[in-house]
Amino acid sequence: MIVVSPSPHIHSGKSSDFLMWQVVLALMPVLAAAVWNFGIPAAFIVGVCLLSCLVTEWVIDKLTGRANTLRDGSAVITALLLAFNLPSILPWWMAVIGSVVAIGIGKMSFGGLGCNIWNPALVGRVFLLISFPAAMTTWPVDIPSGIDGMTGATVLSYMNSAPDAVSHVNMLDMAVGKMNGSLGETGAVAILIGAVYLLIRGVITWHIPVSVLLSAAIFSWLFGGNPLVDLLAGGLMLGACFMATDYVTSPMTRLGQVIFGACIGLITIIIRRYGAYPEGVSFAILLMNSFVPLINRYTRPVVFGQRERRSMDKVTGKGVRS
Amino acid sequence: MKLYRFGRGGVHPKENKGFTADKSVAPITPADTLTLLLRQNIGAPSRAVVKKGDTVSRGQMIAEAGGFVGAPIHSPIYGKVVKIENVRDITGYWAEAVILERNPDDHVAATLYEDIDDDLFLNVVEQLSPEDIIARIGDAGLVGLGGASFPTRVKFTIPEGKRIDTLIINGAECEPYLTCDDRLMRERPADVIRGALLLSLACRSQRIFIGIEVNKPEAVLRMRKAIDDLSGLIERLDRRVEVFGLRTRYPQGSEKHLIQAVTDRIVPAGGLPADVRCVVDNVATAFAALQAVVLQRPLTARIVTVTGPELLSPGNFIVENGTTYRHLIDAAGGVPEGSGKIISGGPMMGKAIVSLDAPVTKGVSGVVVLPDTQSHRRAEQPCIRCSRCVSVCAMGLEPYLLMTLSGLHLQQEAEARGVMNCIECGSCQYICPSYRPLLDSIRLTKSIIRKNQKK
Repeated sequence: MIVVSPSPHIHSGKSSDFLMWQVVLALMPVLAAAVWNFGIPAAFIVGVCLLSCLVTEWVIDKLTGRANTLRDGSAVITALLLAFNLPSILPWWMAVIGSVVAIGIGKMSFGGLGCNIWNPALVGRVFLLISFPAAMTTWPVDIPSGIDGMTGATVLSYMNSAPDAVSHVNMLDMAVGKMNGSLGETGAVAILIGAVYLLIRGVITWHIPVSVLLSAAIFSWLFGGNPLVDLLAGGLMLGACFMATDYVTSPMTRLGQVIFGACIGLITIIIRRYGAYPEGVSFAILLMNSFVPLINRYTRPVVFGQRERRSMDKVTGKGVRS
Repeated sequence: MKLYRFGRGGVHPKENKGFTADKSVAPITPADTLTLLLRQNIGAPSRAVVKKGDTVSRGQMIAEAGGFVGAPIHSPIYGKVVKIENVRDITGYWAEAVILERNPDDHVAATLYEDIDDDLFLNVVEQLSPEDIIARIGDAGLVGLGGASFPTRVKFTIPEGKRIDTLIINGAECEPYLTCDDRLMRERPADVIRGALLLSLACRSQRIFIGIEVNKPEAVLRMRKAIDDLSGLIERLDRRVEVFGLRTRYPQGSEKHLIQAVTDRIVPAGGLPADVRCVVDNVATAFAALQAVVLQRPLTARIVTVTGPELLSPGNFIVENGTTYRHLIDAAGGVPEGSGKIISGGPMMGKAIVSLDAPVTKGVSGVVVLPDTQSHRRAEQPCIRCSRCVSVCAMGLEPYLLMTLSGLHLQQEAEARGVMNCIECGSCQYICPSYRPLLDSIRLTKSIIRKNQKK
């Protein structure tokens, strides 16, 4: 018996599953930092999110008669990222609701992996933030805030109410994660370790993380903030490295990815400075997720041997997502 | 050293050239019968000019060119026409073929190697006009030996109003596994350059650029040395010959990308190399041109790499046109137990053959035997929009989108998005982490568009 199929006859060997599990692996330092910083409650929240995300996906697979999709690793990533976006002392049932919304509405209602428009973990987080604003911004009282002498709040919430507080920030504490906030936001070093790993393994490219961070730093400086504080505070690092880089919800071209990242940085800083919320990374990423089809449309690669991007006006878009 | 490269995209599959890179080109036991397909080139199939029972001599024309875009076919052996009938080609379709039986007195093994010295070369060259050279190339049945099998006579018949200033000789050999061009450049560099000089006379180009991927360092060195050795000849013919070291990146050997790498010129979409004053031809074709023009020796044999991870004795063989794949693989130790796929050509663009009894044609540069474990495609998974297909596409296309459009039968949209520019290099499908049949769907769309155009 010989096999006959059209070319190419070889494959790079890197599968989607492999890439997804690489991301899970890269999130392990962040998980470790979260448990080190917030203790057992952090591990508990992660466990709750994992269990409820996987169960939700399994149930929906069953209900819709699909093959089991748990092995692709994407639900595990969503669970981890959602948990990393929650306070450690959030009531467990809220974490369950967030997970069900993230997987059920954020991903599966669009048709599952690859079809969703918004980052599922952030859909879950923002749903919780709007539904339970108090619980979602209540931080453990005994954790230092990152500002000398203050506990029980985050740097950004202090800065939102008292902009002068920024002069008392302890930058070293922030970098290693000795500050208050959501589980995975607080260890810049741990996040960077994971991100560098993904870059080296070729799982992600530099375009999105660098453009998000660079743009946030530049606009922070332009708006009179301290760029380093803005980079280290809140979910910016986690968002730039692990959530804006989500394949499914980011642009398809390098140029598009840079535009996408730069806009996330800008919107984040605008929300932090002028918005009612102290933190804006989630909203910035979700907003830009919505623009991805448009970005794809206008950053289309130039075909070899053609002078310019093809004008899409000549082509009638028949509901094909680009 | 500066590495020349094409603009964007491309992949770097595992090279796997080590199986045969150090195996000298060697003859194989001649086959008793040869099956010469009449369709060996792009364009019109050839027309048989012999009939059953005829005796043919070595090098005798057995089929004439079937049209302007066509080439004659010659007998590699002294023998007899057994029959002219339809046989299965590598894809399993019926194809007309002339079947020859070797005369028991024909003992001469196929060779490519006949020394041509500078005096003989100059003697011949100085008597010939460019048109004469092209005519001899045509009479010898030359086609592009890199795989596309485009008749060389047609390629060098430059359209009215076009001028060529650069002849590019393609020694990129970017396909994994294949080493036939590498060996040729290492073993007969001077003859490759003499052949290139002939081709440059044919297209009236003063410059000859030879592009070689730097994963073949010895070929680069030997070719450079041969240029030095032949400097008198080159000067006498008023030519400039240069070797360009190319970054190892598939599809570097693609005509348009090779032109970009060595001249920085971009062939316009839908255009031909002549539009940017270039002609590109493979090193093996240049070598064959030398034999064709100086010795008036038709193309009846070529170097074929027979390789694979589990082959007993892989190698680079001199293979007569019409030899069956079975005979060829037997020369390399036979099909190993547990083989799953046999590829004619390289693993990126070659064709998986249906039957071992099909014959090789002029354009076959390699045979790759893959074990069963590497022969099957994995199950397709949903697109995760990772954008790898877009970033590896050397033509600036969006394969993921073209596949969606293919599924929705929106050929017009696909055409507007440049699907016809696809060179079918397979990089997108090679890289796709979800094992999506991107190139399959692009080929389907292209064939439907072509069919509609014909209507």
